[in-house]
Amino acid sequence: MREINVAEVTKTVRQMCIDVNYELSEDMQAALKKAQNEEESELGKTIFSKLQENLVIAKEDQIPICQDTGMAVFFFKIGQDVHFVGGNLTDAINEGVRQGYTDGYLRKSVVGDPLIRKNTGDNTPAVVHYDIVPGDGVTITCAPKGFGSENMSRVFMLKPADGEEGVKNAIVQSVLDAGPNACPPMVVGVGIGGTFEKCAEMAKEALTRPVGQHSEIDYVKDMEEEVLNRINATGIGPAGLGGKITALAVNINTYATHIAGLPVAVNICCHVNRHITREI
Amino acid sequence: MEKKIQAPLNKEVVKELRSGDMVYISGTIYTARDAAHKRMSEILASGGELPIDIRENVIYYMGPSPAREGRPIGSAGPTTASRMDKYTPKLLDLGLGGMIGKGKRSAEVKEAIVRNKSVYFAAIGGAGALLSKAIKASEVVAYDDLGTEAIRKLEVEDFPAIVVIDSEGNDLYNK
Repeated sequence: MREINVAEVTKTVRQMCIDVNYELSEDMQAALKKAQNEEESELGKTIFSKLQENLVIAKEDQIPICQDTGMAVFFFKIGQDVHFVGGNLTDAINEGVRQGYTDGYLRKSVVGDPLIRKNTGDNTPAVVHYDIVPGDGVTITCAPKGFGSENMSRVFMLKPADGEEGVKNAIVQSVLDAGPNACPPMVVGVGIGGTFEKCAEMAKEALTRPVGQHSEIDYVKDMEEEVLNRINATGIGPAGLGGKITALAVNINTYATHIAGLPVAVNICCHVNRHITREI
Repeated sequence: MEKKIQAPLNKEVVKELRSGDMVYISGTIYTARDAAHKRMSEILASGGELPIDIRENVIYYMGPSPAREGRPIGSAGPTTASRMDKYTPKLLDLGLGGMIGKGKRSAEVKEAIVRNKSVYFAAIGGAGALLSKAIKASEVVAYDDLGTEAIRKLEVEDFPAIVVIDSEGNDLYNK
């Protein structure tokens, strides 16, 4: 049994919140550069060069890439041989978010109740997904999510008879509906299978997979490529102003499901697809 | 076409703007997003007066991240405009000059833009660090309790935006 003090979790979470909002991961930076070279529309090229300029300013001036620094979403993979001491783990995560969003000059975008809508003032609480895995390590992925694109995300409870074509159509339709609202070029996270909530969680986690890294399942990899091509044939383009590049990647995760169902979740993310992973 | 324009907006200048034009806005603009629009709408419904004079002015749908010491503002890019659609026609009928946001607008908003010879601009979504450079001063002028959603008066210099819906109702997203 390995003991970990939750103070270490707070410290790590605080720093992750700051780092993830100031600089994009290498996979996203590379994907944006590649897209800039492939874009053919003049206005689209201009948008891409402005996005590059934006990334440079964010890093140099230590200012968030986007003012919507998101609701803080975490995936915790906790080794089953870990024992947390020194306090409540969820409280420690929220303390890290509180410190990170305050010390890092990040926007406080969370309201404490969905209908009363009073801002909590420190961007807590976070949304945390816990998973128990073998071993004595802790892997934390931080993926703050802006809501321009979150609002354009969808869940479809398809019929088994809808099959692969039905799934592909659902993904492309979601992107068409999102259009300029979701700040294209987008990254599209998809969850297929499981249950209503499982597919949504898979779609969210798919967004944290490095762009350019495909599914290890052959037919899923083919789907990722085919759907990306279909999305980029829509012509929505950078910022929704027309062009060849509407999405940078389609990342699909799958899971077993029920004989009667084919759940599909499409979680759309803007070009500021922030994700960072650290180990404790 | 590229144009330099001043805010508040001059009606004659707005009439010449065409969907697809790139503009650089200098002058004074105001921020307001979801919560501020809801409050303004409630004030109008109860017969009260708005906290700012919106006539010929531009509202930027934006809630900034906090400013570091010595800087006027934090990251400051546009938010999705369609969430304000419910409140916008009324504001346009009261003389609102124009709006800056991102994303599509409703048919009702488009009609109100044409009726009032107004304009809707898009700024580049997700480029908040870059856009903050065009903002030279920022001051909360109403609803301070709303935090990032307060109404701010901004002084901007060559703030880059694209004309999406012009005063004749042409819509760049539908081209």
